[in-house]
Amino acid sequence: MNVPSGGAPALVRCGPRGYGPTVAGPALVSAQGFSARYDVDRDRGVFSRAAHDLFGRSLAGQVLVFPTAKGGVATAWMLRDLRSRGLAPLALVFDRTNPVMVQGAVLAGLPIVHRLTPAPSTAIHTGDWVEVDPTAGEVRVWRA
Amino acid sequence: MRLTAYEQGLLDGAAGEAVRRALVYQLQVGEFFQAEDFVPVRSAHLMADAEALRDDGVALVEELAELGGRFCIPTTTNPRSVDLAHVLTLRQRPVWPARERRLIAALGRLGAVQCHTCVNYQTLDPPLFGEHLAWGDTGAVIWANSMGGARSNFEAGTAALMAGLTGRVPRYGYHLDAVRRPSVRVEVTTPLPDLADWGALGCWAGRRIADCWTVPAFSGLSEATPDALKHLGAALASYGSCAMFHALGVTPEARDAAAAFGSAAPRARWTFGAGELAGVYQTFPPNGEGVDLVVFSAPQLSSFELRDLAARFEGRRVARPTLVTVNQAVRADAQASGYAASLERAGVVLLTGVCYYIMAPQDFAADHGWRRLVTNSAKLANIIAGYGYHPVFRPTATCVQAALTGALPS
Repeated sequence: MNVPSGGAPALVRCGPRGYGPTVAGPALVSAQGFSARYDVDRDRGVFSRAAHDLFGRSLAGQVLVFPTAKGGVATAWMLRDLRSRGLAPLALVFDRTNPVMVQGAVLAGLPIVHRLTPAPSTAIHTGDWVEVDPTAGEVRVWRA
Repeated sequence: MRLTAYEQGLLDGAAGEAVRRALVYQLQVGEFFQAEDFVPVRSAHLMADAEALRDDGVALVEELAELGGRFCIPTTTNPRSVDLAHVLTLRQRPVWPARERRLIAALGRLGAVQCHTCVNYQTLDPPLFGEHLAWGDTGAVIWANSMGGARSNFEAGTAALMAGLTGRVPRYGYHLDAVRRPSVRVEVTTPLPDLADWGALGCWAGRRIADCWTVPAFSGLSEATPDALKHLGAALASYGSCAMFHALGVTPEARDAAAAFGSAAPRARWTFGAGELAGVYQTFPPNGEGVDLVVFSAPQLSSFELRDLAARFEGRRVARPTLVTVNQAVRADAQASGYAASLERAGVVLLTGVCYYIMAPQDFAADHGWRRLVTNSAKLANIIAGYGYHPVFRPTATCVQAALTGALPS
């Protein structure tokens, strides 16, 4: 993994204040929606829906970048369950999220931001090093 | 966020530690969505099942009960993971009833009304126009907003739990007038004779919308029934994350197009005809003609749906496991009316207080080899793919045929 050593980020995305502490880690980017119930094998913490573009990838320690949240209300419990077993993502970055993802992130203590411009899901690539700063409403990106 | 003196008191611990924690949580969510204040809610509907919560979530609910938390508004429960009368029939792994019993006990201490249903709006708690609610289960929320004209965001189980303790939610999203306006118009030009067809419409529109904050308005739905709108809403919420729709001339905030759209023109106009309807079913191609099980669930069936299903199975016998899920109220109706006996004579398993995808279906897949699942629920077909199933979504008559013959017509 290409961890930046103090250089300026290649990209900065700005939006409203999010929730949670500042964290940094590798990006895992999808062009699809995200739901922990619809898409994830929670015993193993991997994407398990065959048609998902992240099929087979682990969530743990990744900054998940999605255009949107989808599906039902169960995801909120599931993020906390994943966190309790060390399988949770590091942070969640959405172009636009729904309430459930935020309610779940807050319960699990996971940083979450959304409504950044331009849309993170097309500007950030899997493997980029991403710093998520919810207080500033910023996402800073270093290319892999 | 602006707090009333009462809310400041809750934050200072006047109602105990559980309520204080609940309000802190709600403040954090409210600030994320830039809510200006809280709004009192009449009832909360809580999704809390063993499969979603697992040990960590169950412990959280127990802790809130231990801290003295008690619901201050009517708080109802969504389907659970286990029908305790059918654990052995289905050979469910013991971890699930064990967790479920702990959860039921803890929710009982918090004061929940344990109806275990996702159709609370049909049998228990009809939403009223203009009132504010804190409901979970996306199908129940989209019903409350669309058909009832009540106001609720998707409140995850965690969030509805906290709302039950504080009696309020942050005021954002679907509590606000502007968010409830439609921006997409969908003209439906084909008849929708089967309930599954309404789910297919929701699937089609939901896939195109894929955004919790986009509200569609449908025209051409004058044949709607409550069960039809239930399937439409559940599918729209499942595929599109939609929390509200309008049906012109049917739903209360859309007596006509002018009332629904106001001065704003729709940003998109789509048409759903016979070709689109057939196309939805084609997106669920079978994997060979064999069938492992047939499921009627998601949402739980109404008494009318069950009556229809009992007539279709009357005097016949299933060739594959066939499951139907209902709530306790519909179960009681079905017993009094004879539908339950008709279905059971045909070999159909009538499950109470559950929904199939919540029952740890990954275990059934592993333990029983259940993969090829046929259903008339567009919602179930969507969710179950994440649990390792190959779902085939079809009209009700085809599902019944699959149950009776063990095969899908080619």
